Amino acid sequence: MNLTRRDALALGLGATAASLLPLRAVAAADDAIAVFTGGAKVGTGGITLTAPEIAENGNTVPVAVDAPGATSIMVLATGNPTPGVATFNFGPLAGSQSASTRMRLAGTQDVVAIAKLADGSFVKASSLVKVTIGGCGG
Amino acid sequence: MINRRDFLQVSMATSALVGASGFGNWSRLAAQQLLTQDQLLDFDTFGNVSLIHVTDIHGQLKPIHFREPEINIGVGGNKGQVPHVTGADFRKLYGIEDGSPSHYALTYDDFAALGQAYGKVGGLDRVSTVINSIRAARPDALLLDGGDTWHGSYTCHHTQGQDMVNVMNALKPDAMTFHWEFTLGSDRVREIVQDLPFAALGANIFDAEWDEPAEDFAPYKFFERGGVKIAVIGQAFPYMPIANPGWMFPEYSFGIRTERMQEVVDEVRGQGAELVVLLSHNGFDVDKKMASLVTGIDVILSGHTHDALPEPVLVGETIIVASGSNGKFVSRVDLDVRDGRMMGFRHKLIPIFADVIEPDKAVTAVIDAERAPYETEMSEVIGETDGVLYRRGNFNGTWDDLICDALLSEREADIAMSPGVRWGPSLMPGDQITREDIFNATSMSYPNAYRTEMTGEYIKTIMEDVADNIFNPDPYYQQGGDMVRLGGLGYRIDVTKPQGSRISEITMLKTGEALDPAKSYVVAGWASVNEGTEGPEIWNVVEDHIRKIGTVRPTENTSVKVAGA
Repeated sequence: MNLTRRDALALGLGATAASLLPLRAVAAADDAIAVFTGGAKVGTGGITLTAPEIAENGNTVPVAVDAPGATSIMVLATGNPTPGVATFNFGPLAGSQSASTRMRLAGTQDVVAIAKLADGSFVKASSLVKVTIGGCGG
Repeated sequence: MINRRDFLQVSMATSALVGASGFGNWSRLAAQQLLTQDQLLDFDTFGNVSLIHVTDIHGQLKPIHFREPEINIGVGGNKGQVPHVTGADFRKLYGIEDGSPSHYALTYDDFAALGQAYGKVGGLDRVSTVINSIRAARPDALLLDGGDTWHGSYTCHHTQGQDMVNVMNALKPDAMTFHWEFTLGSDRVREIVQDLPFAALGANIFDAEWDEPAEDFAPYKFFERGGVKIAVIGQAFPYMPIANPGWMFPEYSFGIRTERMQEVVDEVRGQGAELVVLLSHNGFDVDKKMASLVTGIDVILSGHTHDALPEPVLVGETIIVASGSNGKFVSRVDLDVRDGRMMGFRHKLIPIFADVIEPDKAVTAVIDAERAPYETEMSEVIGETDGVLYRRGNFNGTWDDLICDALLSEREADIAMSPGVRWGPSLMPGDQITREDIFNATSMSYPNAYRTEMTGEYIKTIMEDVADNIFNPDPYYQQGGDMVRLGGLGYRIDVTKPQGSRISEITMLKTGEALDPAKSYVVAGWASVNEGTEGPEIWNVVEDHIRKIGTVRPTENTSVKVAGA
């Protein structure tokens, strides 16, 4: 058995830590959004965020964003101690305004992408990514 | 002008009639001992395309008994919807008479009594007879295998799936998708797939490193049948590396990937597909959601959750067909495809009553040849049971009660954990328990029975985590198994609550004490997805236990209290 008592306890503690995190982390995510948008209203639509529903490996979760016409897209893992994942900036010669990367997730949480469009407005997409112990599928 | 939706609804009624005539008459016919192969196979060939669907055979070459679930709770929008309807409610819904063959085949109650009258089900030589009969009426019918084929028996384990490959090849499928096959390890899967004389499909099988479609599996295959250009798209089990050991197939990534599915559907439509069939191992509720999000799929042949439904379910303009498990059923779907569109269908879920359907002798010979080298070891009698041993059900079954008892006693543990898998045939009262029977309930490539310590808090975390994999109201977050079975523990579950607050009143059954979050308990379990798990193989643990007790006496398990169902 790989799951030694120490691992089990570590996992258990991880779960506890995750359940304690959100208040602080969500506040940090809100702060990051406020800095990015300058407090402007954030709409929906015009941005696609692709992430798995359940992470195969919480340490490396693929995420892709696509927002035609965006000058900048910020990706946040709202439940991580440090929510910032990446901010992608697109110059006027960019062929498309899309990007993909991988992120580490501390636990089940919402992943958020916010795009700044050429007219200075902002749009947002969000996706719940579950990080699970797994192991009992039929 | 009748639009397409009207056509589907009209044919839905036709399909219901076909189903009703087939089902309604059987009880009387059976009572007169007149239930015949001809009646089971009776089908008025319709339209210009026939699909034959088998799925989740789990290595069952020979006829078996299989008890359907008593408890199969739907949550969110699926509460009270099929397949989350069981027993008398199911029979009422489909107009099935009590005591009829369909009662026995499709519902759980009176299982032992009806089993005496109607006997075993399945057997791939009987399945072959059904396939041959459909091909006699429609020579170019497509045979599609939904996966979970190369797993689940003594011979399958010892031949690394080769027995199933050889027998299925004799049935000549046209395409297949996957789940437990990957637990053979990716090298073995590729070795088999390279020589497979039919298409190995999975639009959602990706290269884990590059997050691009994997080269070893095609997303779809085109067939020209009855003058119709048909695209069959594969969808493997989305949560393979989470529900099963990802370290056994590290090169691959899966996932539901709805956007990818829409792209693939658009691609095949763009190439002129007049009929789009999704051969899916998503599980039924996931398929329903996918059908509501992806446009352009005509038929979903649904597997994974082991549901058997006498009629397709219509979502938008997509019909979803569920064909059971363990070789117990074959679905036949006839389609009328004209002017590039599906105009109507006729469907029948054919139960494989092993004593009624004549075996195809050529396939019997192949099966017997695969089994012969192992016959002596697997036919050894270990004990017997005086009650039904079954597994299916959301919370527990007598097979898993027995396995948990074996873990508690053989591994000297406080608490036992057994995975909520849905495979494994049933045994009838008075049956001998052979080594083969034990393998049918436990066979897998990661069978080590671990023994470890866990805190009460961690045990609850595991229970909440698994419960959310079943009862998350969004099907996309469900993995399609049942609840982890617990030996030595009782609990209450409210399926309507969110993760973290479903489970309460966790009690040590021996002492009646509440589980202490801070205390460490000795836990024995099996089927860990962690690499390097140590311990004896679970079938040896169960065999040792049965040898000691001789006769298994299953009792009603009241350790789980369910709320919100």
